[in-house]
Amino acid sequence: MSVRRLYHDQPASFAFPPEDEAFIANEIAKYPPGRQASAVIALLWKGQERNGWVTKPMIEHVAQRLGMPYIRVLEVATFYTMFNLEPVGEHLVQVCTTTPCWLRGSDDVVAACKKHIAPTQHTVSTDGKFSWMEVECLGACVNAPMLQIGKDFYEDLDGPTTEKLLDAFRRGQRPKPGPQNGRRSSEPIGGATTLKEFG
Amino acid sequence: MLADKDRIFTNLYGFQDFGLEAARKRGCWDGTKAILERGPDVIVDQMKKSGLRGRGGAGFPTGLKWSFMPKEVKDRPHYLVVNADESEPGTCKDRDIMRHDPHHLIEGCLIASFAMRAHVCYIYVRGEFIREREALQAAVDQAYEAKLIGKNNIHGWDFDLYVHHGAGAYICGEETALLEILEGKKGQPRLKPPFPANVGLYGCPSTVNNVESIAVAPTILRRGPEWFAGIGRPNNVGTKVYCISGHVNKPCNVEEEMGIPLRELIERHAGGVRGGWDNLLAVIPGGASVPVIPKSICDTVLMDFDALRDVQSGLGTAAVIVMDKSTDIVKAIARLSYFYKHESCGQCTPCREGTGWMWRVMTRLQKGDAAVAEIDLLQEVTKEVEGHTICALGDAAAWPIQGLIRHFRPELERRIAARKQQAMAAE
Repeated sequence: MSVRRLYHDQPASFAFPPEDEAFIANEIAKYPPGRQASAVIALLWKGQERNGWVTKPMIEHVAQRLGMPYIRVLEVATFYTMFNLEPVGEHLVQVCTTTPCWLRGSDDVVAACKKHIAPTQHTVSTDGKFSWMEVECLGACVNAPMLQIGKDFYEDLDGPTTEKLLDAFRRGQRPKPGPQNGRRSSEPIGGATTLKEFG
Repeated sequence: MLADKDRIFTNLYGFQDFGLEAARKRGCWDGTKAILERGPDVIVDQMKKSGLRGRGGAGFPTGLKWSFMPKEVKDRPHYLVVNADESEPGTCKDRDIMRHDPHHLIEGCLIASFAMRAHVCYIYVRGEFIREREALQAAVDQAYEAKLIGKNNIHGWDFDLYVHHGAGAYICGEETALLEILEGKKGQPRLKPPFPANVGLYGCPSTVNNVESIAVAPTILRRGPEWFAGIGRPNNVGTKVYCISGHVNKPCNVEEEMGIPLRELIERHAGGVRGGWDNLLAVIPGGASVPVIPKSICDTVLMDFDALRDVQSGLGTAAVIVMDKSTDIVKAIARLSYFYKHESCGQCTPCREGTGWMWRVMTRLQKGDAAVAEIDLLQEVTKEVEGHTICALGDAAAWPIQGLIRHFRPELERRIAARKQQAMAAE
C-alpha cells in the first residue's frame, strides 16, 4: 500500500459551483434513501475536476453534503490513488509502467516525460502545463506502452511519439486519443484476423 | 478456429457503432422478452447447462452462482453487481466490451437481474476508464429511452441500471471490496462467510459477476446452452476473449474458443512471437497473478482452466503476457511484486508486510545481491502469505514468485554466482 497524506498548503475553502448541483442530485439518487455515502467517490471526483486536486476543505464539504464523518471521507480520499492530494499540472500525464507496458518499452515513455516535463514525477513543469507520474496497469495492455492524459488514453507509443504528443499538448493542441501507430483499437495491426464477415 | 458466426462480440474492435441501432442489427435485444418468459428457474438452469465458468479469473460456474440467491424476495431487495474493475495486469477485454459492444452487457444485466429477482443493478467501472464509462452510460441512456430497461419497460420487469465508478485501486476488483466501495467506504475486502448472496450490498442478497460473464449470457440463452457447451472441451466450454500482450508482433484482443492451443493463439492472431517461436522465453498465461510457464510448456499447452491448472498455472482472465529471450525475467516478475506491494489494501498483516518484503528481496535477486539460501526463504515466505489473508491478493502476490522459482531457479542462482565472482574480482 502507499502512504498518502494531505498537502501541507491547503486553501481556505471549497464549494461546488451551482451548475454541479444537478449532477450531485443525480448521483445521490442512484442509491437507496439513506445510502447517499455511496456517492462519495463521484463527488470527490467532481471536486477534483473543478480544482485539479483534492483539498481538505473539499473533503470537509463533501462529508457535510453526504452526512458522513470527516474521517470516512478522508479515508476514501487517501485510499484511492486517482485522487491527487497535491497540485498537479494542467495536463496530468500518467504513464503505465507495469510489466506488460514495461516489456514493450515504457522506459522510453518515462524518459520522454523526464525530458519534456520534469526530471522527477509529481513535479509541475516550469511552464505549469504538465506533471507526470508512474501508475499501475491502466488496462490497455494490448496497446502497450500507453499513458493517460486527462480522460484519454494514448496508446502504442514509443519515445519519439511520446515527445511529439507532449509537444502537441504544449502548443495547445489535442491530438487524437487511442493508438498512435495507425490501428483502430485492439485489433492486430495491419488488419483483424477475425470478424471479417462483419467488416 | 472459431467461426465468425460463433463469435459473440461481433463489434469487439469498434469498426461499427456501439449504439442501440447498430447493436440491434448485430442481434442484441432480439427476443429478450421471450427469454424472460421462460422464468427465472429455467434461465438459471440453462446457464448451468451451458457450462459457463466465470470470466473474471476464478472460473466459478456462473449458473451455480446465480442459484445461490434466495428464491424469493423477502424484506431485503436483491442486487446484481457487475465487476468492471478490470485491473489485472495484461487484461483489457472488458474495456472493449464496454466501449464497443455495451448492449450485450446491458441486456445481460437485465436477464441476470430477472433470474436473480433483482430490480436494481450497479456496474462498477474502474476510475481510469473514463471514456469507456461514457460510452457505457450513453448505451444505458439509449436503453432507458427505448424502454428496454427502466420502470414499466417493454420486458415487464422493472429494472434500474446504474453506472458507478471508482478512483484507482486494484483491490476493488475483489468482490467484497467492490461492495465496500459501492457503499462509499475504502475498498477493503470483507471476511466470508457471510457470502454476498446472503449479505452483500447494503446487507442485502447480492451477486457479483464479471462483465464478460454477464455479457455472454444473452447470446447463450438465445442460441441455447447446447451451442455454448459444444465449443471447447468438457468443463472448459464456450468462447473467451483473449488479450495477447508483450513480445508478439501484433498484440491484440481476440475472441476464440476455450482450449485453443497457446501456440496457435499467438501465431494465428498475434502475428507470432517476436523473432519466431524459438525466441520465446516464457508466458504468463492468465494475467499477472498466475505463475509464469516456460517455453517447453508453452509448446503444447491448451488455453483453458483445467489444462493450465495441470501445469501449475491458471487461465485467470486469459491475459497472455509473452516474453521473448531478451527479457530480464527476474525484473519482469519483480515489477509485478512491486505492483502487489502498491495495491495491497493493508488490512491483513501477511499481505501488507509480505508484499513489501517479497518485493525488496526480488529487487536484490534481480541484481544477484543475495545468498542462495534466500531463494528458499523467499519461497517459504510466499507460502506463509498464500492462504493466510482475507482475500486472494496475498495469493496473487505469491504465485508469480513461486512460478519464477519453479522454472527459473538456475537463472536466480547464476546471477548470485556472477555477482559473487564480480565482488571477488574487485577485491
